[in-house]
Amino acid sequence: MTDMSVKNNILHELCTGQPLAVLATAAGCAPYASLVAVAMTANLRQLYFATPRATRKWANLAGNRQVSLLIDNRSNEVTDFSRAAAATILGTAEELAGTGREEGLELYLARHPHLAEFTASPSCALFRVQVASIYLVTRFHNVMEFHFSS
Amino acid sequence: MKQPSGLIIPLADLTANDLSRAGGKGVALGRLARAGLPVPPGICITTDVYKQYLDSTGLRQRLPLLLERKPFSEMRWEELWDLGLRVRALFLNTPLPLGLAADLTVVMTPLFDELPVTVRSSAPAEDSASASFAGLHDSFVNVHGLPAILDHLRLVWASLWSDRALLYRQELGLDPETSAMAVVVQELVVGDCSGVAFSRCPGREELAVIETVWGLNQGLVDGDVEPDRLLLEPASGKVIERHSPPRMHACRATDGGVHLAPLPPMERETTPLSDMAAVRVLDLLHQAEDLFGAPQDLEWTLRDDTLFALQSRPITTSETPKEGGERVWYLSLHRSIASLKGLRQTIEEELLPRMAGDADRLAAVNLVALDDAALAVAIVERQQVLDCWETSYREVCIPMAHGIRLFGQVYNDRLRPDDPFAFLDLLTGDAGLLAVQRNRELLELAGLLRDDSNLAARLRNGVKPDPGSAFASALAGFTARFGDLAWVMGGATGGLEGVTTLLLEMAAAQHTAPTSRHRPDEGIFLNAFAPFEQEFARELLEIGRASYRLRDNDNLFIGRLTERLQEARDEAARRLTVQNNHDLAGLPAPVRERVTKRLTPAAATARNQRSSGARLQARQLVGQPAGPGLGQGTARVISNPYDLASFKTGEILVCDAVDPNMTFVVPLAGGIVERRGGMLIHGAIIAREYGIPCVTGVPEATQLIRTGDWLTIDGFLGLVIISAAHLQGGSHG
Repeated sequence: MTDMSVKNNILHELCTGQPLAVLATAAGCAPYASLVAVAMTANLRQLYFATPRATRKWANLAGNRQVSLLIDNRSNEVTDFSRAAAATILGTAEELAGTGREEGLELYLARHPHLAEFTASPSCALFRVQVASIYLVTRFHNVMEFHFSS
Repeated sequence: MKQPSGLIIPLADLTANDLSRAGGKGVALGRLARAGLPVPPGICITTDVYKQYLDSTGLRQRLPLLLERKPFSEMRWEELWDLGLRVRALFLNTPLPLGLAADLTVVMTPLFDELPVTVRSSAPAEDSASASFAGLHDSFVNVHGLPAILDHLRLVWASLWSDRALLYRQELGLDPETSAMAVVVQELVVGDCSGVAFSRCPGREELAVIETVWGLNQGLVDGDVEPDRLLLEPASGKVIERHSPPRMHACRATDGGVHLAPLPPMERETTPLSDMAAVRVLDLLHQAEDLFGAPQDLEWTLRDDTLFALQSRPITTSETPKEGGERVWYLSLHRSIASLKGLRQTIEEELLPRMAGDADRLAAVNLVALDDAALAVAIVERQQVLDCWETSYREVCIPMAHGIRLFGQVYNDRLRPDDPFAFLDLLTGDAGLLAVQRNRELLELAGLLRDDSNLAARLRNGVKPDPGSAFASALAGFTARFGDLAWVMGGATGGLEGVTTLLLEMAAAQHTAPTSRHRPDEGIFLNAFAPFEQEFARELLEIGRASYRLRDNDNLFIGRLTERLQEARDEAARRLTVQNNHDLAGLPAPVRERVTKRLTPAAATARNQRSSGARLQARQLVGQPAGPGLGQGTARVISNPYDLASFKTGEILVCDAVDPNMTFVVPLAGGIVERRGGMLIHGAIIAREYGIPCVTGVPEATQLIRTGDWLTIDGFLGLVIISAAHLQGGSHG
């Protein structure tokens, strides 16, 4: 197995296996980070997350749809430096409505069934991030870029 | 004896239940001692001490950063060398915490303060009944005084991660999180003669075998002293056969270590072990067999008529270092200074002159005059000659390279520098390095072009130099001394044009000379040795330098033979092209295939991969820092020899493996990136000579980097940062 295919596998495991990600939004020039539950499509092109509309991140997204998310598999042990992988995702977020929301919600709840009540709330927004690129970091220093055409 | 919370256990108190904290050797010695067999008194420093040391010094965190920087499956033997050396330096430069040192000192001072001792590895996974991994970890003989014992304790710990042990990491279950090492410290018994005894003679299982040498066992174990060999009937003790090689040396205890000393005439003429004494050794072996219930491999020594058991372990036949293949070859690379001196003599006085003789003989053949059948024979003969010398290269020249590391290890032990590769500064700048001599002459040729703009312009326009001109005769002289670079750049197709292009590029370049670094004062190294050690220190420095020089030079000799094979193949290729005849008479099919393959340059491989519609691109790659410095430039990926002719000043040389035969482009390079890893590979050696940044051991470097990519080389951390070509410029300042 080549180094490239190994990294492909790591990326898929990371993006489809980890339940949580750190979401970075921006309020003007000020970055803002939040922990969110995520679900990603198998082709890694779209990522879904849900958030109440009263939150700071929702307000930020209303003003700037550009987002970055960090998904990693660290265990908070020293071996993370050599064994953990992290993916930085760059993309554009869009709040879903109508059939788009229904389809997205089906995928999202398949990953997080315990969030059914939360997402059913009228105040909860579901976002879809169209992924433009992913930077995968392994073994502390190795960085690979995955670019997606829109 | 007061024992601080089980950190130290007397050998005689160890039981089989102590395996995980005392290791196989310690437990075996404990069982021998408790059974009343004569074992030198000693203690076991348990794995708990190793663990405390790692936890309290931060090595627990630092070790994985070293050991897991790169997957082992992607490491070559050079990289294992490097890794072992780095780990050793880490332990060497990390003292024992004061509290721990005090705890050990309290127990050991009354036992060993006045006595010479052995400090020996005892890893839990080292000697089990199913596998024996003897010799993978270090042991030290004749260590004097508490400070030295504590020093060697750390060296034994470091050897848990020696390159040899890493080779067997799966069998040993090595894991930086969980693995640990115990250490046995015993009184040194300076035997009159010593040896090993095996319950079963390999190949003649019905017999036992005893090997014996004068003095200490170290010479036998290291392979520097050939032992007398006795085959015995196990039941009666009758000596069936006795093999006595010429006895020349013995390993003797000297101040703070051991050394190889010539034998006095009387011992040369006398067997170290009489038949009567052999029966006593056999009896000791039988006692060990009875105790452990299995055939044994016993180390022993005999002093003043008293026999001692030094170690006993089961004989195994399964997956052990005795198996064939690459790992056994790798283990054979570890050579003593005596062995290296012999190798050097063989290489310099026999191998290289004979290689040069073969190359000259083959060069004198007029290939054009041969008919097709004779040409086919010539190709086969040249292949055979090359194969033969490549075998010698592997068997003799590569082991010689161990001299670099042996020097480095001693240098680090004595001087303890922060940089474990600081010793290389004492080896670089060797005037005998042929690649540097060759490049210097190339620069002189380029100088002729720089001084004669008309000639340079004519050459640039494809006009051949006047055969009688100073430039043409200088080029002919260069070719006679160093071979024709054309074959390296693609032979007949690259041709003289390739060399000319290179020289024109060199003529236009500004800084292409080796760095005029001041070679560090070798006195700093020599002063670290006592007067009686000076001869050893000088010998070692000499061997290190010879080893460093030969590591590069011997490849150039192989290159000259490769050139002779290539010119014959090129002649065959020319005939095939001209005659349009792909059936050159008499050419064996595999050779014909290679010749015709060369006619068709390999298609460029796709270096960008697509996955699920995504474009995958490397952004930052990790390798080994092999040449310090930061460099930026456009990548020139060498996928085939023709690419060398296109090399431009300031470009970053990216290749699978730098061959010494192609290092003539290095003076032009702004940096080197190589897939093959290690500090002692040719790319790294030549990069240091020219003081340019170098990163080696970058997996899939030639697939992930494209010619034209803008690269930043971090030769301090071993990083290669890649940007697409269109981004180069201001954003990379």
